[in-house]
Amino acid sequence: MSDAGFDEWMHAFAAEDGYYLACENGHGHLPPRRVCPDCGSTEFTEEALPGTGTVETITTVHVATPAFEADAPYDTAVVDLGPARVTGIVVDAEPGAVAIDDEVEVDVGASETTGDDVLVLRPV
Amino acid sequence: MTGVRVAGVGLTQFGSHPERTGRDLFAEAAVNAREDAGVPLDDIEQLNVGNFAGALSEGQGHMAPLLAEAAGLDCPATRYEEACASAGVAVREGVRTVRSGEADVVLAGGVERMTNQSTEEATEMLAIAADELFEVRAGVTFPAAYALMATAYAESFGVDEDDLKTDLANIASKNHDNAIPNEYAQYQRELTVQEALSAPPVAEPLGLFDCCPITDGASAILLVSDEYAAEHDLDAEVAVVGTGQGTDRMALQDRDHLARTPAADDAAAMAYDEAGIAAADVDVAEVHDCFTIAEVLAIESLGLYEPGEGLGAARRGETRADGETPVNLSGGLKAKGHPVGATGGSQIAELTRLLRGDHPNSDEVTDAEVGVTHNAGGTVASAVVHVLEVAE
Ligand SMILES: [Zn+2]
Repeated sequence: MSDAGFDEWMHAFAAEDGYYLACENGHGHLPPRRVCPDCGSTEFTEEALPGTGTVETITTVHVATPAFEADAPYDTAVVDLGPARVTGIVVDAEPGAVAIDDEVEVDVGASETTGDDVLVLRPV
Repeated sequence: MTGVRVAGVGLTQFGSHPERTGRDLFAEAAVNAREDAGVPLDDIEQLNVGNFAGALSEGQGHMAPLLAEAAGLDCPATRYEEACASAGVAVREGVRTVRSGEADVVLAGGVERMTNQSTEEATEMLAIAADELFEVRAGVTFPAAYALMATAYAESFGVDEDDLKTDLANIASKNHDNAIPNEYAQYQRELTVQEALSAPPVAEPLGLFDCCPITDGASAILLVSDEYAAEHDLDAEVAVVGTGQGTDRMALQDRDHLARTPAADDAAAMAYDEAGIAAADVDVAEVHDCFTIAEVLAIESLGLYEPGEGLGAARRGETRADGETPVNLSGGLKAKGHPVGATGGSQIAELTRLLRGDHPNSDEVTDAEVGVTHNAGGTVASAVVHVLEVAE
C-alpha cells in the first residue's frame, strides 16, 4: 500500500534528503498537508530537514500490535529535528540503551514482523 | 436556555463478558437508566450513543439504529465516535440538545465489546486512536503513547524514574481501593503499591498495573429538561451545569508540550465557565485514567494541580477517598474498567450516584456539591469535561 505524500517523505530520509513543508508564514509540518494547522495557509514549500536529531522522549514497548510482534521488545522515540519532530523505531541498539537527549540518525528500515517499511532511528 | 438534569443512570457490570453482544450490553444499561429515572419509553426523543470499535470487534457498523432497536426506542439515533471520549461526546451533545429546547428527554451513553479480542488484537484495535501514518507505523501502541508522555513528564519536571514509578503505583493502588465496594467494577480487589511496582512491563516506564484492563460494558444516562423534571415530579437532583470539549493535534510529535494536555485544559475552561465555577470549587472528580500517568495529566488540566505537581497527589493522600479532593471514587478506568465507547457515560453515572448519595463511596463525599468528569480520546487529542452540581 502506498500513501501519497507520506511514503515519498519517509523514503527521502534514506536518500539523506529529508524534508518538511513550510507554510508561507514559516510554520513547519510533515506531509501530507494541504492546510497549515497553525495559520490556515495553503501555500507550502519543501524545505530540507536534518537527517539527525535528539531524542525527546522514548519508551521500550513489550506488548506490541500484531504488525510488530516479532520486533518486540523495541524502543520507539519522538525525535526533535529542529523544524519538525518525527517518531520512529530505534535500531542497532539494545532496547533501553538510547536515552533522552541522545543523537540519532533517521532512516528507513523494515519491520521484522511484516517486512513493511518503517521509519527507523539509529544511534549516531 | 433550559437547565438539564440527570433523571436516571444505568450501567452494566464492567468486566469480561466475551459472549455478550454490544446490543445486549447497551440494552441492559438503557433499561437500567429508564427504570432509575422512572421515565416512560415513549417520552425518549433522541438516542446518542458512543462506540469506538464495533466495526472491528463485532464487524458491526451503523450501530445507532441497532442500539435504538435493542433499547426499544423509536426516535432519531446517532453514534458518536471520538475514541475513548465517544460517550463523553454523546452525552455532551445530548445536553446541548436539551438545552436548546429541541428535546426534553434524551438517552445518551455508550457501549464497547472488547474481551472477545486477544491482547494483540485489542492492542491493534486501540492503536487506531493514534495517528496511523506517523505513530502506528512507528510501533506506537496506546500504552506506548502514554509511556512517551510519562517519560516526557519525568524529564520536564525533573522526576527520577523510581519516584515516577512509585507515584504512579500509588495512583493504581488508590483506584483499586476505591473499586472494592463498587458492584459495577471489573476489579473489586486490593492492589498494593509493591504489587504494582513488580508487574511485568508493557511500555516502559508503564507496567501491567499502570494500564486499564480490556473491558466489556455499557452506560446510559437519561437527560431531561428542568421543565420536564418538574412537570413529572422526577427525583432528579443532579444537574449538568457545564460541558466543554477540546481538540489537540493527533500525533504527540506535533504538540507543543509532550507532557501536557491542552485539549483537556480547553474542555475544562469551557465547562467551568458555563457552570460559573473555578477549579477550587470542585469537590470530587472522575477522570480518564486509562493509564496511571493519564490521571496526573487530567488533574493538572482540570486545574486541581499545577503542571508537575499532580504526580504525587495520590501518594500524599490528597486524591484518596478521604483526601481533600477524591479522584476516581468509582475505581476509575484502572480498576472499574474501560469499555472504551462507554466510559464517558459511566463517569457521569458514577458521579451522579456519588452526588445523589447512592454510590457505595458516597459516604466519602457527603458534603460534595460540585463534581467534574474528564473523558479523553486517544492521547487527549480529544477531551470532554462535564460539571455536575447538586441542584436546589
Ligand atoms: Zn502556517
